[in-house]
Amino acid sequence: MPLNPAITDLEKLKGHPAVACLLAWNPAAVTGIKFDRDEMTIYVDRSNIREACALLRDDAECAFNFLSDVTCVDLYPSEPRFEVIYHLLSIPKKERVRLKVRLESSSLAVESLTSVWPGANYFEREIFDLFGIRFTGHPYLRRLLMPEEWEGHPLRKDYPVEGYR
Amino acid sequence: MILNMGPQHPSTHGVLRVLLEIDGETIVRIAPDIGFLHTGIEKTCEAKFYQQVVPLTDRIDYLCPMTNNLCYALAVEKLLGLEIPPKAQWMRVLMNELTRINSHLVWLGTHALDIGAMTVFLYCFREREEVLKMFEMISGQRMMTSYFRIGGIALEPPLGFFERVRKFADRFHEKVDEYENLLTGNPIWMMRTKGVARITAEDAIALGASGPTLRGSGVDFDLRRDMPYSGYENFKFKVPVSQDGDVFARYICRVRELRESNEIVKQALDGMPEGPIKANAPGIVLPDREKMKTQMEALIYHFKIITEGFAVPAGEVYQAVESPRGEMGYYVVSDGTSKPYRVHMRAACLANLQTLPKMCEGGLIADVVAAIGSIDIVLGEIDR
Repeated sequence: MPLNPAITDLEKLKGHPAVACLLAWNPAAVTGIKFDRDEMTIYVDRSNIREACALLRDDAECAFNFLSDVTCVDLYPSEPRFEVIYHLLSIPKKERVRLKVRLESSSLAVESLTSVWPGANYFEREIFDLFGIRFTGHPYLRRLLMPEEWEGHPLRKDYPVEGYR
Repeated sequence: MILNMGPQHPSTHGVLRVLLEIDGETIVRIAPDIGFLHTGIEKTCEAKFYQQVVPLTDRIDYLCPMTNNLCYALAVEKLLGLEIPPKAQWMRVLMNELTRINSHLVWLGTHALDIGAMTVFLYCFREREEVLKMFEMISGQRMMTSYFRIGGIALEPPLGFFERVRKFADRFHEKVDEYENLLTGNPIWMMRTKGVARITAEDAIALGASGPTLRGSGVDFDLRRDMPYSGYENFKFKVPVSQDGDVFARYICRVRELRESNEIVKQALDGMPEGPIKANAPGIVLPDREKMKTQMEALIYHFKIITEGFAVPAGEVYQAVESPRGEMGYYVVSDGTSKPYRVHMRAACLANLQTLPKMCEGGLIADVVAAIGSIDIVLGEIDR
């Protein structure tokens, strides 16, 4: 099965329910799009992510009612350095969509999703712990896996694999 | 009063620490504290070749190594655009369901032991031993099997393997009957589990619960049936769902899953296709030993894969499978080199553990043990 090239043209992907839903709400919220290997990725503006998620959850056409996963990728040394990635799942429609927020290293903060899905709590704490990204509005933003007094954020690319000795 | 439970408490299945704020016997607040088993596997993956990550995935969840192998292999195969031959797919399904049986047996034994039913533990481990022996037979390892490879499976199953699985599968229903005779309907078991640690479907979804923890609350969703992977669409099985959302509901879901998994094992044995066990992809899949010693090209490919790995086209993939505990997901990012740029594991237990406060607050201390057992946590997967 040969790989098809990724589609990044917004016009071609308008028909996807999640894209249509977000565009109808606020066209400025969608900053980019990618359809690659049968997976839909929507780049969302940082200031809109919480509202966008709430919208996709409540919209009857999309019904992305389950937050599968939140994670982060460090693209060091390029800018915007971090991408926070949300994987949503629709249990009734059996569909997945990936939302991405790009963050400049000058301001590493994004709105927390805990008010939309309480289950985002641990995922966001893990990202705060391992990448050092702040989630505004999170009820208990403390380190999750590393000890409280740990220095640095181990999953950043400028952190050595062996750790600092 | 604040009570500290764990990290060395026998019912926390590893190193989970739970802080309990109690008023008499009633729980006011409960806060799990995790991270004691954090080994930085995600960071380690970034320094390894794609094929070297496979043994690491075993160690995330040591009760279902093959599920993790499968999920990672599927993710990388999706990145590569590899087609997997039918026999390898069926073998993967067969091994996955044996893994599920293995994992559920450990859960059932330890969960019953936590609540005070000792005999079940001995019965469960009797059958689990047989499954582990089959794992050893096929992969040389009892627990950290690393049997799946990117592009297929490691080896042809040895002579006598299918007969052994068949013999096990034919008798397994009676064994599940034995466990159920001891527990289902037992008044003490019912009193400890019925109506205990309830959670509604809405709460379970909002907190990200998956697997039997979600199905125990009446949400009929199983990735094997609803978003099939690795040829699961060829198998017929029921997805057990229970409406009550209590410890007993989750117990009954898992016990029925044992029987359904056994049915899938039988179907896999009956319909096992013939053919190759590895994809036809030189440069990605290691050549046969025989070819390597007789053909120049095979030797070159072997040398190149071992020394410099294989490049994976840039892109990203999220692959989820139904592990015994719920949605196990691998998010793999490739930058076009032979090492993954980022590997993230979506651990089902991490999300499931978040339901614990909802289940326990307002309940009794003794029920915390039952609740922890009922969400079937594996700390290796939570802490990674």
